[in-house]
Amino acid sequence: MKEIRIHGRGGQGAVTTSEIIVYAAVEDGKYGACFPYFGFEKKGGPVSAFVRIDENKIREKNQVYNPNCVMVIDPTLLSSVDVFVGAKEESILVINTKSIEDIEIPENITKVAYVDANAASMDIFGRLLPNTIVLGAFVKATNWVSFDKVSEKTQAIWGPKNIEALEYGYNNVVIVDVNGGVNRD
Amino acid sequence: MSKKQVLNGNHAAAIGALLAKPDVVAAYPITPQTPLVEYFSQYVADGVMDSTIVEPESEHSAMSVLTGASLAGARTFTATSSQGLSLMFEPYFRASTMRLPIVMNIVNREMISPQTVWGGPQDSLTVRDAGWLQIYVEDNQEILDMNIQAFKIAEHKDVLLPINICYDGFYLSHMTEGVEVPDQEDVANFIPPYKPTHVKLDPETPMAVDPLTPGDYLQYYRELHMEAMDNAKKVIKEVNDEFAAKFGRDYFGLVEPYKMEDAEYVLVTLGSLTGSARIAVDLAREKGVKVGLVKIRCLRPFPKDEIVELLRDRKAIGVIDRNVSFGWHTGIVYQEIKSATSTLEAVPTIPFVGGLGGEDLTTDLMSEAIEKVLEVADNGSIENKAYWLINTKGR
Repeated sequence: MKEIRIHGRGGQGAVTTSEIIVYAAVEDGKYGACFPYFGFEKKGGPVSAFVRIDENKIREKNQVYNPNCVMVIDPTLLSSVDVFVGAKEESILVINTKSIEDIEIPENITKVAYVDANAASMDIFGRLLPNTIVLGAFVKATNWVSFDKVSEKTQAIWGPKNIEALEYGYNNVVIVDVNGGVNRD
Repeated sequence: MSKKQVLNGNHAAAIGALLAKPDVVAAYPITPQTPLVEYFSQYVADGVMDSTIVEPESEHSAMSVLTGASLAGARTFTATSSQGLSLMFEPYFRASTMRLPIVMNIVNREMISPQTVWGGPQDSLTVRDAGWLQIYVEDNQEILDMNIQAFKIAEHKDVLLPINICYDGFYLSHMTEGVEVPDQEDVANFIPPYKPTHVKLDPETPMAVDPLTPGDYLQYYRELHMEAMDNAKKVIKEVNDEFAAKFGRDYFGLVEPYKMEDAEYVLVTLGSLTGSARIAVDLAREKGVKVGLVKIRCLRPFPKDEIVELLRDRKAIGVIDRNVSFGWHTGIVYQEIKSATSTLEAVPTIPFVGGLGGEDLTTDLMSEAIEKVLEVADNGSIENKAYWLINTKGR
């Protein structure tokens, strides 16, 4: 089973992003399930969403405590939320950032996929909508769901501009091995 | 032909009801049920649903509207949660004692205070003795399938009682997964039309409904109501079997046994927490521990005969309650199990309580519960008091 924890801010589409991943997993013939962590959420507050993908029926209904992949849509969260807590050994970080130089990456993370989604978002939309760019990066870095199915659902929900964003993330993500590990995924 | 869709629990309930074609829907939104009401508004706006939708000013009015609609012979549907259910309590009780087969989803949420919006079946379990049928489900497929079966069960001539499909708030209402959606025509063929004769407001054939009723008659009403509850057990099983034959999904009727054949130890569960309990049972089995699981699906009527058969000759039992019964210092399902098994030779039975207010009941906690059951089977003594399952992983 692959477990993903998505960190974003209210209004950035973290929850819808998790639903698109599940849609793609199910369309790919696998099982998928996701649910958001609900607090007293408001626009701009930290939000997390939990996704599971498996070949078998997904039975547990709890939060993801030990993710194989941590997705960070908003890099400013790093200073307020421990996004790495509980990450499994040899897991993947997918993050919206210009550079990973200043990020303290724990040793359980052995692969980092990063893209400057904020800058690209300003070019594509003229405002900050980084989530589909990070989603594109996730699809490329993990290969856990098919790009076509992610693209299909993104188009249905958010329209053609977001396909441009998705493709940007997929094509421009920088994928590096860190902590000397080669990620087996 | 059915079609796989990716749906959250509220959406699955809405589609289940849509397929059953209720004549009248009246619902007032409340977290975490709100999206369900929104789906219905969308269906009406899109013209895919020709039900009469009423947007009342409160839950009390929602149930009252459906009471009138059901008395006029309509197939009726609604959903609520927590505080909404408590505001509805007066017409809720009346709907069952008037024998109106209303289908109502309860999207389970804790009761206030303290202020909370998160999941847990404290709301519907607290009103378990108000005469409604209550089915508790585990995942989104079961939500959809039971919303179809619900109409057929409730409207059956030997039952004629309202029914609650209860599903955990957020864990299911806001969880998204793949769900098989049956074909409209297959559902239409599965559920016969509702044609009431027992209680109906019809100017052509006038009938006095709900006059002031003295105790001797009232007792007779209650006796018939309890008989209808007994009849429902058979009907729920029949509808389950017919559904399984037609749509290929079997929920085993009143209770679902899991790995029970040679089980020496048993966990009893209700609702969405069953999933992590199944995983813990599998993990214990890998270590050679003969543990099984009984998932209670139907809480009203309570399947006491099935429980007696399933729990006979086991070494120890743990009941997992995501709710409390103040004054017993246990959960509610625990008391139901103890009552049902009173005819059996006494077996240590532990009242586990946890997962309240949206706290996770993780697989680790279920494994802890199994460990405790094994321990109690060895030393034979238990304190008849809640054993708390506390999730520290998220803290």
